Amino acid sequence: MAEIQIPDELRYSSDDEWVRVEAGRVIVGITDYAQQQLGDIVFVELPGAGASFKKGEAFGVVESVKAVSDLCAPIGGKVIEVNDALTDRPEAVNEACYADGWMVAFSPSDPEEIDSLLDSEAYRKHVEARSD
Amino acid sequence: MTDLKRTPLHGAHERLGARLVEFAGYSMPVQYRSVLEEHRAVREGAGLFDVSHMGQIYLEGTGAIASTERLLSRPVASLKPGRVRYGLLCNQEGGIVDDVTFYRTGDDAIFLCVNAANVEKDYRWGVRFALDDTVIRNRSDETGLLALQGPASPEILAHVSSPTVKELERYAFTQIEVAGCDALVSRTGYTGSDGYEIYLAATETERVFEALLAEGKPLGLIPAGLGARDTLRLEAAMPLYGHELDDTTSPFEAGLGKFVKLDRGGFIGAEAIARREAEGRPRQLVGFELSERGIARAGYAVAVHGETVGVVTSGGPSPTLGKSIGLGYVPPRLAEPGTLLDIVIRGRAVSGRVVETPFVKASG
Repeated sequence: MAEIQIPDELRYSSDDEWVRVEAGRVIVGITDYAQQQLGDIVFVELPGAGASFKKGEAFGVVESVKAVSDLCAPIGGKVIEVNDALTDRPEAVNEACYADGWMVAFSPSDPEEIDSLLDSEAYRKHVEARSD
Repeated sequence: MTDLKRTPLHGAHERLGARLVEFAGYSMPVQYRSVLEEHRAVREGAGLFDVSHMGQIYLEGTGAIASTERLLSRPVASLKPGRVRYGLLCNQEGGIVDDVTFYRTGDDAIFLCVNAANVEKDYRWGVRFALDDTVIRNRSDETGLLALQGPASPEILAHVSSPTVKELERYAFTQIEVAGCDALVSRTGYTGSDGYEIYLAATETERVFEALLAEGKPLGLIPAGLGARDTLRLEAAMPLYGHELDDTTSPFEAGLGKFVKLDRGGFIGAEAIARREAEGRPRQLVGFELSERGIARAGYAVAVHGETVGVVTSGGPSPTLGKSIGLGYVPPRLAEPGTLLDIVIRGRAVSGRVVETPFVKASG
């Protein structure tokens, strides 16, 4: 397996989603570890803007050739933007999971939930614990 | 995964960075780098699969051919040495014990290549129903099996064996050296593309695997895993035991009627198959494609006007067609190509239609 990229400036959930806080919005995607585990991603199902989710609730689905995997909301909030480009180009999640492969942007219901997420160091330990 | 059986290539898979998963009690590579890349390599160049998990059951002795005639859905006596056929082991209820290829290696010798999950079951089945003067041996553990598949396969194999392999006919086999090792090479496969299956001593399998990869690389050969094997066989609409076939499926329901020769009679299950066929099929295997986005998966319901009418047995993306395809059982009245039906994906009806199979007609 290729080396796993875990950018320092992001926060992470134990379900392998990343979070970027940007001007009050919380952008969410899946991590490099998650996309490598899934393999070639062929389908991404995302909610419509306006939908609300609790922390930990499934907000979408990502499918590789062999696997179906739920996307779990790393924080609670309302979806304010959706990366519709993934409908036609799900492979963007494999190619650039921290950039073009982003999934949705949330307006957080409780910004303090962001503080409870893992930092890059803690997430790396979480990944390594499962790779042994 | 410490309790899993390993093929002779386990170390090679680890060195190549394969992702290993459990399949039929074995630790097997599902992919090396990318299922889609490995799929495309087989359709356009070549892929090399480790299928050493599959079983080889030998029947030898003066009763061997008569015994296999009794066990198999297709004639055996008329099969010439050096030829292979695909056929079915059926039970007394007309269900399918296994789907196999059988190789006539001599006047009184034949072997069956069987599904990994069914090796013990098939062996016991053979022992139970074989006639006198038949010796049945399970040589699965001492045998390695490579599948070299894709349009570049003849050229690649010629490099490490003899140019004569290019002339080998489809469903024929020959005993020949490959990379200096004794091998049985057949022009067969489970991908819908041209290619070979190469039977080897387990102890020599890694040497041949490495030699093929090295020689084949300039011609586009890469190692390929079970993930690509599954998407390839699905495009070719080849059934997978445990998905399309099981102990209750009649061959006709599964669309395998052409591999059953009922009029010769005498084989186990023949009467039940004929009776079930006369009574009418309750279900029929069909190929379908989705007209909307989504992936059909095994176990999803097939529905028409909100009513469940069947079930998906295999499904996934077709990398060659860029569409979502699948196989499933439906009532015969819904089996005509063009019939509209829905696949229920996470509670939502996604529209699709029955299409002709194979989905992809690859060359060779």
